[in-house]
Amino acid sequence: MRRLALITAFCGASFALGEGQAQELSSSEVERGRYLTQAGDCKACHTDIENDGIPFAGGRALMTPFGTIYSANLTPDDETGLGRWTREDFYNALNEGIDDEGRHLYPAMPYPYFTLMTRQQTDAIFAYLQSLEPVQVEEQENDLPFPLNIRMSVSGWKLLFFDDEEFVINPDRSEEWNRGRFLVDGPLHCGACHSGKNLLGASKDDEYLRGGTLQNWFAPNIRGGENGGIAHWDEDDIFEFLKYGRAEHTAPMQRMGEVVAISTQFLQEEDLRAVATYLKSLDDTSREPEEAPETARLEAGEGIYFDNCAACHATDASGVPYFFAPLGTSNKLHAKDPSTVIRIILGGARAQPTETVPSMLAMPPFAWKLTDTQIADLLTFLRNTGDRRSGAVSAEAVAEMREYLAEEY
Amino acid sequence: MTNHLPKVDVVLVGFGWTGAIYAEKLTAAGMEVLALERGPWRDTPKDFATTFAQDELRYYWRHGMFQETSQSTVTFRNNGAQTALPMRHWGSFLPGNGVGGSGVHWNGQTYRFLPSDFVAKSHNAERYGPLPEDMTIQDYGVTYEELEPHFDYFEKICGICGTAGNLRGDIQKGGNPFEGPRSDEYPNPPMEMTFSQDRFEAAAREMGLNPFPVPSANMSRAYVNPLGLQLAPCTYCGFCEKYGCGNYSKSSPQTTIIPVLMQRPNFTLRTDSEVLSVEKSADGTRTTGVTYVDTSGERFFQPAEVVVLCAYPLENTRLMLLSEIGTPYDPQTGEGVVGKNYCYQVMSGARVFFDEEYTNGFVGAGALGMAVDEYNGDNFDHSGLGFIGGGYIACYTTNARPIESHPVPDGVPGWGSEWKQSVRANFLKTTTVGVHGASMAHRSNYLDLDPTYTDRHGRPLLRMTYDFTLNDRRLTAHITPVAEEIARGMGGREVNVAERKGSYDSMPYQTTHNTGGTIMGNDPQTSVCNRYCQSWDLHNLFVAGAGLFPQNAGYNPTGTVAALAYWTVAAIIDQYMADPGSLVQA
Repeated sequence: MRRLALITAFCGASFALGEGQAQELSSSEVERGRYLTQAGDCKACHTDIENDGIPFAGGRALMTPFGTIYSANLTPDDETGLGRWTREDFYNALNEGIDDEGRHLYPAMPYPYFTLMTRQQTDAIFAYLQSLEPVQVEEQENDLPFPLNIRMSVSGWKLLFFDDEEFVINPDRSEEWNRGRFLVDGPLHCGACHSGKNLLGASKDDEYLRGGTLQNWFAPNIRGGENGGIAHWDEDDIFEFLKYGRAEHTAPMQRMGEVVAISTQFLQEEDLRAVATYLKSLDDTSREPEEAPETARLEAGEGIYFDNCAACHATDASGVPYFFAPLGTSNKLHAKDPSTVIRIILGGARAQPTETVPSMLAMPPFAWKLTDTQIADLLTFLRNTGDRRSGAVSAEAVAEMREYLAEEY
Repeated sequence: MTNHLPKVDVVLVGFGWTGAIYAEKLTAAGMEVLALERGPWRDTPKDFATTFAQDELRYYWRHGMFQETSQSTVTFRNNGAQTALPMRHWGSFLPGNGVGGSGVHWNGQTYRFLPSDFVAKSHNAERYGPLPEDMTIQDYGVTYEELEPHFDYFEKICGICGTAGNLRGDIQKGGNPFEGPRSDEYPNPPMEMTFSQDRFEAAAREMGLNPFPVPSANMSRAYVNPLGLQLAPCTYCGFCEKYGCGNYSKSSPQTTIIPVLMQRPNFTLRTDSEVLSVEKSADGTRTTGVTYVDTSGERFFQPAEVVVLCAYPLENTRLMLLSEIGTPYDPQTGEGVVGKNYCYQVMSGARVFFDEEYTNGFVGAGALGMAVDEYNGDNFDHSGLGFIGGGYIACYTTNARPIESHPVPDGVPGWGSEWKQSVRANFLKTTTVGVHGASMAHRSNYLDLDPTYTDRHGRPLLRMTYDFTLNDRRLTAHITPVAEEIARGMGGREVNVAERKGSYDSMPYQTTHNTGGTIMGNDPQTSVCNRYCQSWDLHNLFVAGAGLFPQNAGYNPTGTVAALAYWTVAAIIDQYMADPGSLVQA
């Protein structure tokens, strides 16, 4: 069945192809495609994980700030998947954000990153996807307001924010650094979450990997050079985090947990080390210290910390490395936008189990136990311990998140 | 109507420590394993999170972790002349329920039995001459040497914290010099001791004894076990026994095995599924599977190549009796085996009250303690004493949970202002020195089916007929004064001795160490299972748990229960699967 689908697909594609043809049936291409598919974490969005969907058959509801988009079926089904797509079509989708009928794809699909991949690489991904069992699915209509429901509106967006660029090697840097940069900005599309977005959802150049907010999660600053969010991580820490799902400083949870579970834990060590090398090269500007909060709030927060948090995170907030996150240096705790820590305190969090580290560690939710003011005071205390002045957190911010979680979950 | 399900390789009845151990090893060997658990799924962050785990009312008083007596209980009497009545509220022991079983709410005291404990009958008869006729003890059929690698593995799975006393025959300073030879150190160092243990240690040394840290399943530091699972350092919060640990600091099936198991495609767990009976083939030589009922009252027949009883000992015995496997024990004739040799534990102690010093018992953990072993097993000469066996003497600081633990000296009234004043004065200034005594089997102590009381499915409850024996009374009378002497050496204001006298009372809590009923041994006439914990009657039925103990030693049972499980599962994989049949020719 699979083989049949593969051959059919190539018949359709044969006219469009030139030199690449020699590799069409080579298993090494499929294998390279599988690896790139894993690196791109394609399975995460293109599987209806919440409803135990078939891998790559799409249908996952992706909540964007602009409405709900349902992911596409990537299996080679003729009617509802990529069965009739050509390699050319697929290249256009990843490189320019255009589907087989010339329609613009919504940029929830990270083609602004995938565009860095070469034709050879997109061909390999395509070859892998075509080797899957075709699955016929019921297509779901996106739930977007006017005028976004008209795909032509995307073309304007692309005009403004999208550059169809190939990856350019920086000859002044090592091969490893270049490989790392390609992975981070290309298939891994880290900036899709970790870079700040403008109001139209495009990554802002000046907020490159300085942290971004998506679906009420704040994906932290992951610049590893001086003043960066993970300046205190070394390259081994970054490697361990991505490979094993545990590092001295923290573990991937929720959304990043998914990325590690589906994608990064299976990537080759040299690739992950290249990512680490690249991230560690990114300096950041130093942050202006915020105003010191009122003493009363700090004292209240300290008491709440001692009663509720110290048992795991230790009295001095130093945590238990590889287990309970040390809080003093946390890039989530000290972020300008405290959404993620507010959310974790309210709703709890699960550290992602991986093949190497199977423990299913979790922090319990505190929404039922602590009031908005208590959580705000607790965070204000933690963000202003030692010589850090990361700013106060307001009870209103906690209330807003509580309301959001109550509505969404 | 009973629904017939597709066959599996192995079905496990119950999913606590032994169920998890069997499932992990059998699935790793490629077998398709199904575990049936009577109770619900339970998981650290959802069911015993730090935010509410330390709730005395819920867990101590209302028995939040335990088997509900309305679902199933036992009837109890002291002797055959009495009429047994059902226990409607647990007291002396607290059987678990749900995933993880009692392994969720245990203290974590993880000893190995002594080499001589496994050959209690032959060893004592050889040293002291013929044993009393009514003392129905016997050898396990398996030796300490055979179990040693399995003790070692379980200690590594749990990350047990302790100090070796006998490393491959070399006696080690600071450990228990009486323990059997160990192939390896404990994986973690002992816990931090508190004031009470320091005083106990000094007093014991003064008497020429050799105190050692209790082997603890509460972690002295962060640990990763051989399955890659993580345990966190214990916070000494003092909520272990009767509670689940919210900090991942206590070894339990949940923290040390289950997360790995749940990822394996050849493992299935069905919760809220109560096994009603083990079914037999027409010729009565093998089991065909089990019948269970779900929460909707639907009945299912689950066929299997192999069935393993991994429930609590009392329930394993009951299932065998209800399923008419093996001959029920008859105390009149002494014949039959199922239900035979029910044993328990003989506890006593001495409580010390200090005047000036604070013991601060709230800085506690289930297995935080120092012990001496000079009076355990056959570590001392019993000539002329009129009893065999013994017990360890230990000073634990497990808790200062105020609803449960608010001791006052003897003579203080049980209520009123004088009582309140005394509670206030003594609350953080007291500790105990306990004796954890062995229990030797006696002809008149046994388990059978109750003739009157039934459960909600109409099946007879298990009846327990039990009282302390002459051996128990002599044992406790000999060792309790030693505990008292240590206690008096600890420098307190006064010492109150709690002797073990009178008949066994099923209400005050003692220990959840119910043993026997499905005992192992070398002779099908006197035991239910052979040395591989395999039923003598049905060769594809195996039994786990402390029900295998022919008599109970002066230690907590979990270490030995786990070692026996690993020993049996190795025999199933290495011998039984290649050539199914009885592993021992009777």
